[in-house]
Amino acid sequence: MRAAAIPASAWPSVPPAAIALLFPLTLLALWSISAHFGWLPPQILPSPGEVWAALLDLARSGDLARNTGISLLRVVEGFAAGSFLGLLLGIAMGLSPKIEDYVKPLFTAFAQVPTLGWIPFLMLLVGIGEPLKVLVIAKAAFVPVALNTLSGIRAVPPIYAEVGALFRFSRWQLLQKVVLPAAVPPIFTGLRYGLTHAWNALVAVELLASAEGLGYLLVWGRQMFWLDTMMGAMLIIGVVGFLLDRIMATCEARLQRWRLA
Amino acid sequence: MMIRGAVLPILLLAAWELTSHSGTVDPRILPPLEFVAQTAFDQVVHEGLLRNLAASLLRDIAGFTLGSLLGIAVGTTLGLSRIADRLFMPSFNGLRQIAILAWIPLISIWFGVGEAAKIVFIMAAAFIPVVLNTHEGMRSASTQLIEVARTLTFTRWQLVTRLYLPSALPSIATGVHLALIYAWVASIGSEYFMTIGPGIGGLIIAGRERFQMDLVMLGILILGLVGFLINRGASAIEKRLLRWQQA
Repeated sequence: MRAAAIPASAWPSVPPAAIALLFPLTLLALWSISAHFGWLPPQILPSPGEVWAALLDLARSGDLARNTGISLLRVVEGFAAGSFLGLLLGIAMGLSPKIEDYVKPLFTAFAQVPTLGWIPFLMLLVGIGEPLKVLVIAKAAFVPVALNTLSGIRAVPPIYAEVGALFRFSRWQLLQKVVLPAAVPPIFTGLRYGLTHAWNALVAVELLASAEGLGYLLVWGRQMFWLDTMMGAMLIIGVVGFLLDRIMATCEARLQRWRLA
Repeated sequence: MMIRGAVLPILLLAAWELTSHSGTVDPRILPPLEFVAQTAFDQVVHEGLLRNLAASLLRDIAGFTLGSLLGIAVGTTLGLSRIADRLFMPSFNGLRQIAILAWIPLISIWFGVGEAAKIVFIMAAAFIPVVLNTHEGMRSASTQLIEVARTLTFTRWQLVTRLYLPSALPSIATGVHLALIYAWVASIGSEYFMTIGPGIGGLIIAGRERFQMDLVMLGILILGLVGFLINRGASAIEKRLLRWQQA
């Protein structure tokens, strides 16, 4: 709930969306005017029309769909591998303090180095092919998923386990019917973070070592000094990243519904 | 429990040492441990590793300071003014969907590949979490306190300095803490792509280009270690500054 702020009752009847659009539209108008009068050379700031035309060009030639598809495939592969391993490790550490004692320090050290740091290391180890991309993205998803799964399982109230014991649940039943369902919301939060990290890692690895994908479109535009192509690629990177997060948020809300009941 | 935690790292290091000495793997890909240590020593003594580290840290501090100060100012404005919030927050939220690294090519065209471009990029990385958390903190001020302040006929300025800022402080601290972490990673990232000038990121990239795994490993070690220390330091300072909260 929003706390009462300093009184600001101006234009109470204007819908928020209209106000929200005011700033980008003003910016766009300024940008168009500046391009029209040539205040800035097009090598520094192409006109909005040129960016739109570049996007349409990319879409028509099929380059956009192809590169977006390649990027998405990489993210899906890497995210699937990384989050699966993260879930396994998180569940193992969450259920067994012994495993946590053994693995956690090494895991922490591994997680301490940001994904960006691992890229050159992996480039030397596995080259710059497809395995590099999947490994980098998997690492990015693995860490938050493992951490959130661990803390999610730890946060299950001990009372739940006691009720399970009352029903004489076996270990497997306890895990399947009590612990995992109770830990689903935090685990899903971890998956959502994981996907965001995976998308950022994809952009990083495609900027550094790729001949295809949305990140490569950026590098290519940079080399050709095609700012319109670069800005178009940035727009798509933003939109796809946003949509991926929306999908996860929707699933998250659905999974949490039972809690409200 | 410390002993259990040490088992896997020791096994890993032993396997590494054995494999690198067995001659089955190219030592350029898996250099023996003592070789990495030797490189570290050489780098510190002869090659100016500390100068590289200092360059990265200075950049980090410059970008972090500018970015978080600007972030606090913008976040405060957006948090306190409903009009500013409605005007700018949706655009800010839209722009922040673009992965931060995707800005690097554009920044390098607008600001070149020198110091200015790097600092602009680090600034942007620090700016985002500070704006978000400051904004959130400002809006979480308790309604009851605001009522009290009204009754005491606080002026606008008093309202901001005695009520909104103090109640937003924990949230601002969280934002600044995140900014510290992001800024350090962004420093390395900026050096990856704008390779002119000294820095730890440049060192790692040079190691990769020259196929020197020892150099890459050394760089990664420093990257992780500095990140760890920054995080630890920030946590300690945060705890100290927010001591009053516990009371």
